[in-house]
Amino acid sequence: MTHVPTGAPPAAPATKVADFGAPLLLSEEHHLCPGCGHPVAWRLLCEVMTELALADRAVGVIGHGCYTQAAVLTDLEWLQCLHGRAPAVATGVKRVHPDVAVFTLQGDGDMASEGLHELLHAAGRAEPITCIMLNNGVFGDTGGQMTATTVVGQRTKTSLEGRDPASHGFPIPVADLVRTLPGTAYVARGAVNNAGSVAQTKKFLRRAFELQMQGAGFTFVEILTMCPTGWFIPTAEGPGYVATVFEETFPVGQHESGARR
Amino acid sequence: MAVRLLQGSDALAEAAVTAGCRFFTGYPMLPFTGLLESMARRMPEVGGVCMNAASEIEAVNMTIGAAAAGARAGTGSCGQGIALMQEAVAEAALNEVPFVLFNMARGQQDYFQCTRGGGWGDYRTITLAPKDVGEAVEHTQLLFHLADTYRAPVILLGDYLIADTNMSVDVSPREYGPLPPKDWALDGSTGGTGRSRQIWSWDIGKANNPGRGPEGQWRHIADKFAAVAEAEQRHESFMVEDAEYLVVSWGTSGPFVDYVVEELRAEGVRIGSFRPISLWPFPEAALAEAAAGARRVLVYELNAGQMLDDVRLSVADRSKIRFVGGVSIDYSGMRQGDLLEVPAIRAAVRRVIDEGD
Repeated sequence: MTHVPTGAPPAAPATKVADFGAPLLLSEEHHLCPGCGHPVAWRLLCEVMTELALADRAVGVIGHGCYTQAAVLTDLEWLQCLHGRAPAVATGVKRVHPDVAVFTLQGDGDMASEGLHELLHAAGRAEPITCIMLNNGVFGDTGGQMTATTVVGQRTKTSLEGRDPASHGFPIPVADLVRTLPGTAYVARGAVNNAGSVAQTKKFLRRAFELQMQGAGFTFVEILTMCPTGWFIPTAEGPGYVATVFEETFPVGQHESGARR
Repeated sequence: MAVRLLQGSDALAEAAVTAGCRFFTGYPMLPFTGLLESMARRMPEVGGVCMNAASEIEAVNMTIGAAAAGARAGTGSCGQGIALMQEAVAEAALNEVPFVLFNMARGQQDYFQCTRGGGWGDYRTITLAPKDVGEAVEHTQLLFHLADTYRAPVILLGDYLIADTNMSVDVSPREYGPLPPKDWALDGSTGGTGRSRQIWSWDIGKANNPGRGPEGQWRHIADKFAAVAEAEQRHESFMVEDAEYLVVSWGTSGPFVDYVVEELRAEGVRIGSFRPISLWPFPEAALAEAAAGARRVLVYELNAGQMLDDVRLSVADRSKIRFVGGVSIDYSGMRQGDLLEVPAIRAAVRRVIDEGD
């Protein structure tokens, strides 16, 4: 073991052996909470955009949530839009620029609660866009209230004793719903709660964008993420909660239907 | 000149095509449906896109996407459907995405909706109300120009008399002068360059290139609409020079009112008419001037009195003002009712004249 003297300043400055920074990142400062899964999803998006050489021919349409800051922090073109309406807005962009990679970034509150209508019709039309839903089962930005994907038993600020089917009904498995539509070319559900799931989710995103650029049809990626402040569990237990509770309701996987257009 | 006999909806579609509109979408609702059908036929012929939206909300948000991507774009409905679009109209005004919204209204119930709006924030919408198909064709082309000039959603307020009337109209292109470049429009090309574009009603901007922020953006919007209010007032007046009685009406009511004015002039009544062409910005100064010498200012519109508010705000002596319109709709709920008949207008105007005082 090499002995590093600490009694005096180093003789030479430290050298960087590898760059672990994310591509397309304009600042390393963000407002998201420690333990939140969103920044990992942002990073995967930036990496996929770079690896597929889409960064300078992509338009992102972004909804309302904690993740909206991606429009500030990433060096991509963004159109911030009304809550829930991103798939409709993205459709307009795509029809004007068919050769551009057009995608939405939305949360479960934005997409599953407010904007399911626009999502399902974009899928029905086989619109060649990629819709990405960051699913943490709560309205994180407003402090952790129940959404359409809150799982049974999950405690939120508006379901304090846990989601009870008798009064709150059941969560909507959005990826499974989208899969049933004939316009959907690709649907996947990944997570960002451990290194393996992060690597797998990146592959899902990559495949979705590849198929979009081939004009295959509608592509959809749901990403299960943690919300340390919106969940009634200790932050460190968040990744485990995704694995044991969320993934039971929302199984991870992918389904490719091939070209739909 | 390229004069063609066209049904109003088809004429509006031709005008939109001529103006360069290449994206259109909507959800069927009379009397807007004809324009949607016409655009569905015409857009593919000129390399454009017309989409069958699944709701008015989807339609207007698709339009925002297309317009933000740089296309000249339009959508529409009647007031009942445009009620659903209000949030997005406000959003487009605040994030500065230009498009033309066609309100083919059911009667004259939508003056407040168009000029006041139902969205949130300090926004206004330029609203032109044509009197007939010919003027609607002209307004359509002008509105696409105004939308791009001011980067704002703008409204054409028509009705079934515009949509369903056949008229010989000039559909040749009109020149309105140069426009600012659309360097703000999204095409994906600036990603990864360190100066990537962003459109956002809060104008937060990028971490390396901050925008105005919400306060700065909303002050910018307010200043812009204050300037529009000064620059874009339009009106038409008829026999107002010596008028003792001035009748104010808007849209397709105008020609009916003018007919009554001509009849009463022939009977020796010193009467004239005033028609705001831009409902917003309302031509306040021109109306104040036209009304200055009049004994009575009569407001005729087929609702409970909506433009009446703007007349009250414009005419210095409010005691001159009399409302001679009223709610009037036919059995279908779509067309103006019996109060639009010339004898009914004439009788209402006569009552005020005969009151004396």
